[in-house]
Amino acid sequence: MATNADQPLSFPADMIRVLRADGTLDPEHDPHLAVDDVVALYRAMMRTRFIDERLVMLQRQGRIGFHIGSLGEEATILGSAWAMRAGDFIFPCYREFGAALLRGMPLQRYLDNMFGNASDNAKGRQMPDHITARDARFGSVSSPIGTQITQAVGFAWAAKLRGDDVVTLVYFGEGSTSSNEFHNGMNFAGVYRVPAVLLCRNNGWAISVPSDQQTATATFAQKGVAYGVHSVRCDGNDLFAVVSATRAAVERAARGDGPTIVEAMTYRMSGHSTSDDPNAYRVDDALAPWRERDPIQRVRSYLIKAGAWDEGRDGELEGEFDREMKQAIAEAEKTPVPSIDSMFADVFESEPWHLREQHQAVVQGPRPQRQH
Amino acid sequence: MPRMNMVQAINDALRLEMRRDSKVIVLGEDVGKLGGVFRVTQGLQQEFGEDRVIDTPLSEGGIIGTAVGMAMYGMVPVPEIQFSDFIFPAFDQIVSEVAKLRYRSGGEFTSKMVIRTPVGGGIRGGHYHSQSPEALFIHTAGLKVVCPSNARDAKGLLIASIRDPDPVLFFEPKRVYRAAKGEVPSEAYEVPLSSAAVVRTGTDVTVIAWGAMLYEAIEASSQAEAQGVSVELIDLRTLWPVDIDTIVTSVKKTGRVVIVHEAPKTCGFGAELVALINEKAFWHLEAPPVRVTGFDTPFPYTLENEYLPLAHRILPAVLETARC
Repeated sequence: MATNADQPLSFPADMIRVLRADGTLDPEHDPHLAVDDVVALYRAMMRTRFIDERLVMLQRQGRIGFHIGSLGEEATILGSAWAMRAGDFIFPCYREFGAALLRGMPLQRYLDNMFGNASDNAKGRQMPDHITARDARFGSVSSPIGTQITQAVGFAWAAKLRGDDVVTLVYFGEGSTSSNEFHNGMNFAGVYRVPAVLLCRNNGWAISVPSDQQTATATFAQKGVAYGVHSVRCDGNDLFAVVSATRAAVERAARGDGPTIVEAMTYRMSGHSTSDDPNAYRVDDALAPWRERDPIQRVRSYLIKAGAWDEGRDGELEGEFDREMKQAIAEAEKTPVPSIDSMFADVFESEPWHLREQHQAVVQGPRPQRQH
Repeated sequence: MPRMNMVQAINDALRLEMRRDSKVIVLGEDVGKLGGVFRVTQGLQQEFGEDRVIDTPLSEGGIIGTAVGMAMYGMVPVPEIQFSDFIFPAFDQIVSEVAKLRYRSGGEFTSKMVIRTPVGGGIRGGHYHSQSPEALFIHTAGLKVVCPSNARDAKGLLIASIRDPDPVLFFEPKRVYRAAKGEVPSEAYEVPLSSAAVVRTGTDVTVIAWGAMLYEAIEASSQAEAQGVSVELIDLRTLWPVDIDTIVTSVKKTGRVVIVHEAPKTCGFGAELVALINEKAFWHLEAPPVRVTGFDTPFPYTLENEYLPLAHRILPAVLETARC
């Protein structure tokens, strides 16, 4: 069996950075993105943030129950998703709706999930942001921490066994590196040298616990050394660095050189979710340096300097996002709730006798006074 | 027709299904070169290679977690958990992921796999090589649970499980792995899931058992017969979804039921069976349903024959129920 034993150990103390403060690019890791592509990614980041902010408003208004967003992490999520090839596959954590939309999940389907209505891909069975988007080659979100890591490794392993040119990327937060499944996934990924990219969004916080309380190691990426998994760190608020690091990891996987863990250094600018109040555990001052490094602002400055953007066009974008969101929200709100029948479907491929009995009893029985 | 024990019959089923479908793969601890600690997968790696019969790291969570990903890719994994006592590191994957993937993804993804694992006591295996955790998985929506008692059923049930669209936990009663010998057709065949077998017809008491305890129930039934009590004995074969019609038909006939299982009594599968019988055949009952089970203690080593619901404990329960 091929192992990584013959590979030199890399110890990723350094961080890949490309976009400098003055808006120029460091040539060492420059991914050489076409300006149109940078504009497309800028647009996608802006859209993701706009959707995020609008969904928080909807939750505060009581129109949806929950949202878990990616405020401040847009470069990490969209840059990495963008670096994946069309036939590649993504296993999400729960904070990457932007990646699903970038890969073609219709905004309407995402809003249908936020409202848990009958048009939701998950048929209203999961809480908001627990999306599934097979057509976008994007897996199914679950809440338990880290379970997607071993699954992604198995998926990548299957592609390798079948001889298919498919690379699998899996997202997880730095808190997940403390889970059983991080260990299992990294170990299997190394042993079977699977074509996978393990993307650790180090956003500084696992709900209220800061990243330095998750581990005694200096970095999360260096955990790869012990598993024989190539490891790199990048500035997660630098779109160019994220694309560069992820693309290199994809290429490495595709040519048969095995998995890479990419630690993207970013920052969770919001609470863990709309259910969380970060004022209980962190001071607002902590955000200041990260506001300076805002991933969207940095790309905006770059594009303006390159003559490919002006601030006035931001307003146009926001107008466009506002229109599409209003329309999708209205549509999602008027779409009916899932049928009672759907509650009993998909437990098994077909309905066994015990579910048929329970199903009939519910259909024939009284209805609850309210749904929520 | 060849004679096989259960180990050989399961091996035969795996071999035939792997020949039929290149997507079927076996993975687990020691399943490759060694052929498994019980030799159930012996010779498979020689025939199908290291990419289809995979010796994995010692990690049940990793085995089942990667199997989920493989299933999502379109493979048909048949992971082995070396002893069902060691299934718990994979419990999160089985309960939160394997069982729920089809439902939570609205049918976009499935987690079709057969998790094979030896179950039960009687091999002087002590606490961690003897338990019967089936109720935990029956309680989890989205899983099918199978437990054969003999070689012929084991082969047909395993083939049916591998061809089934849903995830199946396939519990193999290790106490009778080699003792349960019989004629087994050499070709591939299915024993349908959710169909129990009436292994002995009778009129006075219905006894329900499965796996290794079936043989204890047979012995107790013969002894009861000698004392004038006619026993109808049901081998469930599939625990969930259970063949409720066979149970209800029998209990309506006899009006009396004794349920036998190795697992602890409280919240064991017997409790669910009693509840179902009460719901569906209460007015036909002539006596309270009785459970003969393991105790609500950890599984003991030296005193395992005191713990197990062997014939010496089944017989008095049958006689007493018949006298009610």
